[in-house]
Amino acid sequence: MPKLHWEDFAAGQTAEYGAYEVTADEIKEFAAEFDPQPMHLDEEAARASMVGGLCASGWHTCAIMMRIIADGFIVDSSSLGGTGCGEVKWLAPVRPGDRLHVRTHVIDTRVSKSRPDMGFVNFRFDMLNAEGVRVMTLTPHLMFGRRPPAPGEKAAVG
Amino acid sequence: MRYFEDMRVGERTELGSHTFTADEIKTFARRYDPQRFHLDEVAAAQSHFGALCASGWHTTAVYMRRFVDAERREAARLRAAGETPAKDGPSPGIRELQWVRPVYAGDTISFAREVKELRETTGRPGWGLMVALNTGTNQNGELVLSFVGAKFAEKRSK
Repeated sequence: MPKLHWEDFAAGQTAEYGAYEVTADEIKEFAAEFDPQPMHLDEEAARASMVGGLCASGWHTCAIMMRIIADGFIVDSSSLGGTGCGEVKWLAPVRPGDRLHVRTHVIDTRVSKSRPDMGFVNFRFDMLNAEGVRVMTLTPHLMFGRRPPAPGEKAAVG
Repeated sequence: MRYFEDMRVGERTELGSHTFTADEIKTFARRYDPQRFHLDEVAAAQSHFGALCASGWHTTAVYMRRFVDAERREAARLRAAGETPAKDGPSPGIRELQWVRPVYAGDTISFAREVKELRETTGRPGWGLMVALNTGTNQNGELVLSFVGAKFAEKRSK
């Protein structure tokens, strides 16, 4: 039985999850597979680029954010995945050695009209490094199953 | 990468396609998005998705690889024509990210980009901002991914 259902989220709630330590090897490994631009692959080429040093792909930063919230609360929830994000902003470079946290804020929640057994939760997630610098902010739209009736309730209905 | 001046609003680029295998869906999920419908065929079959499907962040990461590869082909074409390709620029972010439909194991997704806006920047001399609608479409012609992304593009004239 998942710990968290749609009913457990309410506008204004905040929480913080992490930390996740980023290594140069992981930055380069992700980049080699998904984003092979010099600023994510090679220290020297990265120093010569606009970002001024090796930094993680923005999509890698999103993937790390996902891992932090997966371990933080999603895997232990009735998560049904997400439909998208209003925005994703990469505000500051993610560097080797960064220890990242995700601060979550519930914007609002609503029950699905077409599927009353599930509901939507709109969040703002801020990702911060150890210095408290916001490196990414995003507004994901996530779906969660609603809490099933307790056995007693079910019996009464049935 | 092409130069800012060589880009045109309305220009559409086919970025190529990718077939998502069950193995790579699970490998990405184990690392970054360990939810049951991305990890295990049996559990996924019992979920609302009905079958194993890729993490949305896996889909966007693969989009990025197709984008970078398309840029590299363009750079090679420019070099062959005796020109110096533009440098890669970072992205400040994206908006209206929508995972419209699940990407299932075995699906082949074709990615495309259409330039929506070419904006002058303040504070980044020598660079313009390219805003594009990016899409992923499956083998049945159904839209699975859509987002509006921005990327700095180097200018020819300094």
